[in-house]
Amino acid sequence: MEKYSLLSLFRHAGRHHENWSRAWRDPAPKEAYDTVIVGGGGHGLATAYYLAKEHGVTDVGVIEKGYLGGGNTGRNTTIVRSNYLRDEAARLYDFSLKLWEGLSQELNFNVMFSPRGVMNLGHTLQEMRDIERRVNANRLNGIDGEVLTTDQVQKRVPLLNCSPNSRYPVLGASWQPRGGIARHDAVAWGFARAADAHGVDLLQQTEVTGIRCQNGAVVGVETSRGFIGARKVACVTAGNSGVLARMAGLRLPIESRPLQALVSEPLKPCLDTVVMSNAVHCYISQADKGDLVIGAGVDGYNGYGQRGSFHVIEHTLAAVCDLFPAFSRVRMNRQWGGIVDICPDACPIIGKTPVEGLYFNCGWGTGGFKATPGSGYVFADTLANERPHPLVEPFALDRFASGALIDEHGAAGVAH
Amino acid sequence: MLHIRCPYCQEMRSEEEFSNAGEAHIRRPPDPAALSDAEWGDYLHFRKNPRGPHREVWVHTAGCRRYFNVLRDTVSYEILDVYPAGVPDPDAPEETTP
Repeated sequence: MEKYSLLSLFRHAGRHHENWSRAWRDPAPKEAYDTVIVGGGGHGLATAYYLAKEHGVTDVGVIEKGYLGGGNTGRNTTIVRSNYLRDEAARLYDFSLKLWEGLSQELNFNVMFSPRGVMNLGHTLQEMRDIERRVNANRLNGIDGEVLTTDQVQKRVPLLNCSPNSRYPVLGASWQPRGGIARHDAVAWGFARAADAHGVDLLQQTEVTGIRCQNGAVVGVETSRGFIGARKVACVTAGNSGVLARMAGLRLPIESRPLQALVSEPLKPCLDTVVMSNAVHCYISQADKGDLVIGAGVDGYNGYGQRGSFHVIEHTLAAVCDLFPAFSRVRMNRQWGGIVDICPDACPIIGKTPVEGLYFNCGWGTGGFKATPGSGYVFADTLANERPHPLVEPFALDRFASGALIDEHGAAGVAH
Repeated sequence: MLHIRCPYCQEMRSEEEFSNAGEAHIRRPPDPAALSDAEWGDYLHFRKNPRGPHREVWVHTAGCRRYFNVLRDTVSYEILDVYPAGVPDPDAPEETTP
């Protein structure tokens, strides 16, 4: 792997940038791998990277039906935070947030992680009570958090409409200074390049069409490029997890729904933090290149079409215009949908399945991007040692039989 | 934007008038106490979530407020069938009486 540095930039500038080496190879699939990871998004690539780096498992193939990071990794609103209510979730997301802080150096790839703070607005008395409860819970778990008053919110975000006369007045907010945003494509590319450097095969344009099992154990996957053998198969396919599970004869407590986002034309710097609101439903930040990145709601019904209902966007833009009257004339450039895998308790499912050698990492729902490095780390550890990483023990599939759900729906400032 | 024909109102209306209530034809187990934890968990939480035709329950929230079933393709979003609540699952295997 060619190391990226200021020096390499100067050297290549002298040669008109014509000789940069490829960031990763495009290998032909081997007949068999020790571990096959299905899904070349952020979580899958991070899993491959940490498997190779932390556990020395380099005989790994990552199978992606489209291109790397083309699913939800490239379709989210790039928000990174860890202010979750429940202890189990808070530990997992904060572990991930700590990895974000050193990720650019770790991968030698600028993921543009920008801890600019995340603000969750409260618009009703009950919401302010919930915010206080959540911030107190966060602080007990060692996660930074503050409750802001309306004046403090206004001072941080001058463009925000904090008038007491608005339909849903801003009564305050929770504030996590360590939260922020990152560049989502760069996260996929950084993990891909680093995993490839460790010898991991990244197989793009290869679709898994079946999972082959013998005597209750997985032996490999059927793909559009032929059968690929594997001792372990790890599925990290977000919205399509149910489809993969069915190939192995399993059912999952997951429903797949489109979640939409949109970006505006680029503006001069005007919003230097992340503003989220559950009550009026929008979340918004400004990317480093100037566009406003806006998250809308999740559709009210299951769907695999990577688009969403128009009225969901209309609702979110109405909220944006109410909160930021100055943005009412901003034109939107692009809109898209990603298929999110929603669990009954809005928490992921990570670990073994009843089929030996078959592992799932899914159910991240509407909030998986922030967990990318942490999810990869703990899942790699789970795969390599064939037992759940201590952080993911509560997130096993059997919690839906035992009833030990980790209820984060509506608890964690999850806006959907 | 979906357009759904309510089988009671007999009118084609936009999806904003309706609410989705999830997978259709889930039968409450006749004797819950007889089930294992895994079977009860399956009834509560596990869903088909198919990529393709899906039978689901809708309610005409802003209209007659009655429940009905829809067969809808989850990829193309085409509505293939609409029928009142209470109609037995057309996909169900024939029940055999012991």
